[in-house]
Amino acid sequence: MPQILKLLAQRIALGLILLFLVSALIFAGTVILPGDVAQSILGQSATPEALANLRKDLGLNEPALQRYFNWLGGAITGDLGTSLTSGADITESIGKRLSNTLFLAFWAAVVAVPLAIFLGLLAVRFKDRWPDKAISAVTLASISIPEFLIGYVLMYLIAVKMRWFPSVAMINDSMTLGEKLSSIALPVAVLTLVVLAHMMRMTRAAILNVMQSAYIETAELKGLNGFQVIYRHAFPNAIAPIVNVVMLNLAYLVVGVVVIEVVFVYPGMGQYLVDHVSKRDVPVVQACGLIFAAVYIGLNMIADLVAILSNPRLRHPK
Amino acid sequence: MSEPLLKVRGLKIGATVYPPGEKPHDIEIVHGVDFELAKGKVLGLIGESGAGKSTIGLASMAYGRGGVKITGGEVWVNGREILSAGVGDIRKLRGAEVTYVSQSAAASFNPAKKIMDQVVEAAVEQKKFSRKDAEERARVLFAKLGLPDPDNIGDRFPHQVSGGQLQRCMTALALCPEPDLVVFDEPTTALDVTTQIDVLMAIKEAIRDTGVAALYITHDLAVVAQVSDDIMVLKMGNTVEYGSVDQIINAPQEEYTKALVSVRSIEHEEKAPTAEPVLSVRNITARYQGTKFDVLHGVNVDLYPGQTLAVVGESGSGKSTLARVITGLLPPREGEIEFAGRTLSNDLAGRSREDLRELQMIYQMADVAMNPRQTVGTIIGRPLEFYFGMRGAEKKKRIIELLDEIELGEKFIDRYPAELSGGQKQRVCIARSLAAKPKMIICDEVTSALDPLVADGILKLLLDLQKIEDVAYLFITHDLATVRAISDNIAVMYQGKVQRYGGKSKVLSPPFDDYTDLLLSSVPEMRLGWLEEVIANRKMESAGN
Repeated sequence: MPQILKLLAQRIALGLILLFLVSALIFAGTVILPGDVAQSILGQSATPEALANLRKDLGLNEPALQRYFNWLGGAITGDLGTSLTSGADITESIGKRLSNTLFLAFWAAVVAVPLAIFLGLLAVRFKDRWPDKAISAVTLASISIPEFLIGYVLMYLIAVKMRWFPSVAMINDSMTLGEKLSSIALPVAVLTLVVLAHMMRMTRAAILNVMQSAYIETAELKGLNGFQVIYRHAFPNAIAPIVNVVMLNLAYLVVGVVVIEVVFVYPGMGQYLVDHVSKRDVPVVQACGLIFAAVYIGLNMIADLVAILSNPRLRHPK
Repeated sequence: MSEPLLKVRGLKIGATVYPPGEKPHDIEIVHGVDFELAKGKVLGLIGESGAGKSTIGLASMAYGRGGVKITGGEVWVNGREILSAGVGDIRKLRGAEVTYVSQSAAASFNPAKKIMDQVVEAAVEQKKFSRKDAEERARVLFAKLGLPDPDNIGDRFPHQVSGGQLQRCMTALALCPEPDLVVFDEPTTALDVTTQIDVLMAIKEAIRDTGVAALYITHDLAVVAQVSDDIMVLKMGNTVEYGSVDQIINAPQEEYTKALVSVRSIEHEEKAPTAEPVLSVRNITARYQGTKFDVLHGVNVDLYPGQTLAVVGESGSGKSTLARVITGLLPPREGEIEFAGRTLSNDLAGRSREDLRELQMIYQMADVAMNPRQTVGTIIGRPLEFYFGMRGAEKKKRIIELLDEIELGEKFIDRYPAELSGGQKQRVCIARSLAAKPKMIICDEVTSALDPLVADGILKLLLDLQKIEDVAYLFITHDLATVRAISDNIAVMYQGKVQRYGGKSKVLSPPFDDYTDLLLSSVPEMRLGWLEEVIANRKMESAGN
């Protein structure tokens, strides 16, 4: 057992180091951007005195390294600073947006992950026959069409023509869960279509790879039927690559939904980020970047941990 | 006479092949084979690779591996014709009436599941036994097959038991559903000789005690002679000879069978050591990086110019590690290597090009030791360019000389490895190593992946080339018949130490130490009753168990 604990600890430590490096990169990136925050807040007509005062208030005169550690220290303790444009506390406003984004991503994942894995298993079972080809064709088509286009098409057909679900995915605290779900049905559908193909094809490829193994022949010669062979003997050995690609797609559901949120006017992180990029609100952009990076690194770290844990040689050493 | 358990009539099997540079097409690999097997009897199917013996074995379960298709004939099991049966009926047959033991249990067990789950799966799934009864039966079988701790071994994962143990677990897996017929497909080929003997005995007793019938597939006539009642000799998908084990072994009719019975035609006179060895391994102690145990302990051996030193031992005895140390891939912890009058750098990076040239290597797996996208000419020409700077016509002339030396000839120069047979590939590897004009070649199990008759040809070639080129061989092998055939000196390795070392006649003559005795007595002999005799006279247990 100690060996596996060591591996897990190593992987977690690596994730933290990576996150630290990314934070430095995000900070450096926003510092070297051309232009001056104080200038952009006050506009071209600002007096030099006003600019100097604002710079002092914002702490822009201190060395970059010190500002970085102030920012990092704040971020670790949950204080992401205040927005330059609105003066609001960033942690508070992001918290609301983030929970909305996670709500949308969660329901998209609940639909997409089991569906993708099921379709992958189905494609393996009927490999090279029509169900396999149909699944491949549909999922490939859906990943190839730009997501905003799928969004508008679904909006037109389902919201405007059939009037099943609302076209704009507004949610607020006073709605019941059912109302919220009905509200986000369309963006969830679009996100599912976007991430389905990747996960389904990886599931198919990983299991087909395992299907070449001698122990699959053993299972077939035990008289097991096709699905028993796949889910009992092939799937447990294909978990690691499947989890990897599932985690990548979950990360995409959180950090890649900018376009969908804008299309459906959904009050999530993506829209928040887009708004503040256009306003040059550096602290907000930094905070969003840091959170997106943390989500990405965290989910990929989980994928690695699952891969380590799913290896029987590591779980049960000699 | 009652209906036989298994009756095969005019069985024809085809496969789709994908030769390089040609369109895929169908070929026939088994051309109409007939045999039958009564309840409780054992039929040995014997032949070289490509003879179709595994394919025939699997056909008795109506199964074709990969692109293999059964194209004609009839297979009757328990009075029912199974080739025309529906998918559902075939599933009911597999794992219930007919079961299968494969060559590599290590690959045939699912690494993600416990042994017990896999052993009882067919019995439970086919509703032969309840889960509880099946587990009870599995434990009885584990005990009968001589597995340690039979009550708990099923809770382990496949990687937690040794290869020999796993092969017995696979036998338990096949016997658990109380089948009428078990197909054993080379069940002991991947094992060390000393382990093979235990597994063989366990299989033989299990067959006797359960009264099950068996198809026993192997390329080793000596092995099949120990367990079978009848033997069928196959060659290129045709029956060569079919008779009782006594008749096949003691009075073979066909030339091919006679060749199989009397394989190993090589006679090699032991040469006396000369003054100066070309290679001296001095007090080598080595361990792998990150481990805490030495795998070699103070190894000392000498190899004389133009002679062969055979290093023999079971897997895990350290013989391949010794080769890694000599080639510089694994720097030793202690000791040094003297080669051609100089001390070699322990580390590969510290060796000169001349050191590399004079010490060549040939590997077990010829097909992975060659770049599949290079022609034979490119492969052999590379050392000529690299070590001697040869170009153009001069290089081509030398390549053709080498191709003649390995008895392939000029026409092979533009072929790709995929177009060659196993023996031809190994010949190309030999030519590649000779191209460097080495003083010494390390041959690592170079014949163990080859059929006996082909291996015999390779050994003859190596001996002839030794006379012409005056090159020394360090010959690593687990096969004592090979050792007898070609060595001048022998080092028997056991658990990282040289157990016995000296001239061939001295090492292979009594009095033996216990380990050498075990190793020598474990080599299957082609006579009936040999197995029981050896088991009765053994002085020590094999290490694999």
